[in-house]
Amino acid sequence: MMTRQRIPLRVELPLLIWLVLVWGALWQDFSLGNLVFGAIIAFTVANLLYLPPVELSGRFNVFYAVGFAGRFLYQLVLASAQVFWLALTRGPKLENAVVGVRLRSPSDLLVTATGHILSLIPGSLVVEVDRSTSTLYLHCLNVSTSDDAEKVRQNALRTEEWLIRVMGNREDLARLHPDAPHHSDGRKHP
Amino acid sequence: MMDAALDVLTMVLLLGGALMSLAAAVGLLRFPDLLSRMHAATKPQVLGLLLFLMAIAVEQRSWAIVPVLIICWIFQLLTAPVSAHMVGRAGYRTKHLRKDLLSMDDLDDVVQHAATRRREAGDRASSD
Repeated sequence: MMTRQRIPLRVELPLLIWLVLVWGALWQDFSLGNLVFGAIIAFTVANLLYLPPVELSGRFNVFYAVGFAGRFLYQLVLASAQVFWLALTRGPKLENAVVGVRLRSPSDLLVTATGHILSLIPGSLVVEVDRSTSTLYLHCLNVSTSDDAEKVRQNALRTEEWLIRVMGNREDLARLHPDAPHHSDGRKHP
Repeated sequence: MMDAALDVLTMVLLLGGALMSLAAAVGLLRFPDLLSRMHAATKPQVLGLLLFLMAIAVEQRSWAIVPVLIICWIFQLLTAPVSAHMVGRAGYRTKHLRKDLLSMDDLDDVVQHAATRRREAGDRASSD
């Protein structure tokens, strides 16, 4: 028999709100009765079909989130056009690279989110993740010099920085200072 | 007048989305190996689907449909990179990529390093 710890309602709340919003959107009906019924179903589902809770930091900056969404859309449009252009002009003569990027945060959520965003933007794709050192290995289109690879690394670290400012915890924010040590939690360095 | 303007906007959005599908098709045909084709196959659809959904929203002229369209896009955003990562990872591990097209490979160094270490450990174990 598996024992499980009870999740406090406060930790579970973002998930429940999200489920209720999905319920309302799918019915295209945001009236009170429908939402209450959705909330009952969300609560039942979340407690019957138990999943490990996602460790949120408890911090969320709306202004950075809006800025990040804008940056994401801008990069999305730009990179989509670039990949189209590469397909038309370079095609088979394309040079690629697998670039390793060491991220600052040890948090699973932030590493996943950073990898996700980088994968969504055309031109880079996460091939492998080293969880013990939070290293992402990205396959990138049209990278032929070490300068290009450095640009990829800088972009990945900037993406992580934005995500930390949106939803990172205090330790992650402290890591953003230029002279902060890497992973101060005693993980081993490669 | 308003209707005509919205129709033109819809047309532009649909054409943009169709152009992204074309980009994916051209990329699939012209890129040389599995991993670079993955870029063409999965990525332009993120923007392409967004443009199509925006076209639907503009043409329907009803706010009730907007949350469904947003959720549609969010689920696409959540799932596309996962499948792309799984295929890319399996492709890399089964060597379905052309090393001669890579200008650098940080992951290969790590893999080689781990392989050497394991071989040395194996040698030590067999000599004992």
